[in-house]
Amino acid sequence: MAFNSWTEFWAMGGYALFVWLSFGTTYALMLGLWWYSKRQHKQIQQQICAKAAREQRVRQHQESEK
Amino acid sequence: MWGSMFRWLDPYAKPETLYHLCGRLLPYLMVLAVFTLLLGNIWGLAFSPADYQQGDSYRIIYIHVPSAIWSMGAYSSMAIAAFIGLVWQIRVAQWAVLAIAPIGAVYTAIALFTGAAWGKPMWGTWWVWDARLTSELVLLFLYLGVIALSGAFSEAARGIKVASLLAIVGVVNLPIIHFSVEWWNTLHQGATITKFAKPSIDPSMLWPLLISILGFALLLAALTCLRLRSQILIFEQHRPWVRQLLDSKADSTQKEQN
Amino acid sequence: MVMWRALVQRELQLLGRQKADWLNPLVFFLLVLSLFPLGIGPEPGMLKQIAPGLVWIAALLSVLLSAERLFKDDYRFGVIEQLVAGRQGLFSYVTAKICCHWLSTGVPLVLVSPLIAVLLGLDWQSWQVLVVTLLLGTPVLSLLSVLGAALTMAADKGGILQALIILPLYIPLLIFASGAMEAAATALPYTGQLAVLLAFLLFALALVPLAVRQALRMNVG
Repeated sequence: MAFNSWTEFWAMGGYALFVWLSFGTTYALMLGLWWYSKRQHKQIQQQICAKAAREQRVRQHQESEK
Repeated sequence: MWGSMFRWLDPYAKPETLYHLCGRLLPYLMVLAVFTLLLGNIWGLAFSPADYQQGDSYRIIYIHVPSAIWSMGAYSSMAIAAFIGLVWQIRVAQWAVLAIAPIGAVYTAIALFTGAAWGKPMWGTWWVWDARLTSELVLLFLYLGVIALSGAFSEAARGIKVASLLAIVGVVNLPIIHFSVEWWNTLHQGATITKFAKPSIDPSMLWPLLISILGFALLLAALTCLRLRSQILIFEQHRPWVRQLLDSKADSTQKEQN
Repeated sequence: MVMWRALVQRELQLLGRQKADWLNPLVFFLLVLSLFPLGIGPEPGMLKQIAPGLVWIAALLSVLLSAERLFKDDYRFGVIEQLVAGRQGLFSYVTAKICCHWLSTGVPLVLVSPLIAVLLGLDWQSWQVLVVTLLLGTPVLSLLSVLGAALTMAADKGGILQALIILPLYIPLLIFASGAMEAAATALPYTGQLAVLLAFLLFALALVPLAVRQALRMNVG
């Protein structure tokens, strides 16, 4: 351990603002991208399912009219 | 020769196989990425010694250098995918271009931001028109151009092809841009800012850096798998295998709810 | 070759009919140049110092904007589809387009360069270098702008998208062209920069037409 105490660790030798700003932004951006990609994947699946269901309903309707 | 050398890759050019492969790899890659990232960063943040010149501010290196390296690595892999996609007409390679571009853009943004946050305490300013910084900024613009171009067409498949071509044009141009910017910078101002000497880096600092670089690479791979799966679904949505896949998935979630 | 000549003739005829296509960029160029002294201040020393960058930024914007509609009409009327389907004339068409685009935007810039020199207070030597950099650089501008227009031909959003994807590629040209003019203004040797500009021109001349042809095929295909 390069630091003697937790307070010293959080202070980062006086560079706390810059170090924690960098690390915080980096992890926020990475998590954001992960979350966005995950949500996008789910949305695409839902859209495809909804489309398939709609097509099936249309087909059923057409058949019942015959 | 080329044909026989890469024959073993052929099954993976099939979207369905690749979709399942990515799905299987994704959890392993993600766990590994999180593990190596945390290991490298915590080691770098808490356990490696402070730099004798820069104090503790140098610890930004553990995210700055990996993101800068892989912002360029992502661009090269994107361009290689674009080349394969256009020359051999392999559609999954074209979709990979669209999967990688946003990840690369985020990595570039991270590299720029952390560079600025490191520059402020060291150089006294958030931004200097240093050759490397400028090249990285141009790289971000190139990524944004590829993303914007791919979304500008009403026919998505066409947009991807055109964006792939732009990615290839960009990769031909990147060395020229880098060399011009370097030349321009040395003309305007002498090398007032020199990064601290790389080879003299101590092993206790080097190891966490290497692990962090590996972590960023694994994260790039994991995110690419995830995003490539989405792309495959979008472009294959009318194929029976996608319908079957989603049907069985919907059934299993219904059973769980019951 | 016969086809190429016919295509060039066709382009020049079109340009002769639609004078706005090549007059507007020229007016735009002069307008942008005259805005800078109004914004920054008319001190001759200052103007002289920023003139190289100024002229080149104005030049690349005006050339870029002039290329926006380059393929739109031909695309709408099905000319490009015919050429792509025909499998033969497309390359001649591309080179004719590039050549005529340069004739209609690059050459006028060179011709009005004495006027620029007067407006920005450039001396004889600086003006000479300006002309040489324009002669070497504007063909590259035309090549890249045509590439941008070809890439975005069938896109729903034109203009600003084309600028977004092409402007980063202009950076090397901007650096070396204004570098040569700056060197000349301070009586330093500038042949090196001119050689690099010539290298850019030859490199772009070799590769860009191929990329443009590919881009057109993709946009139609």
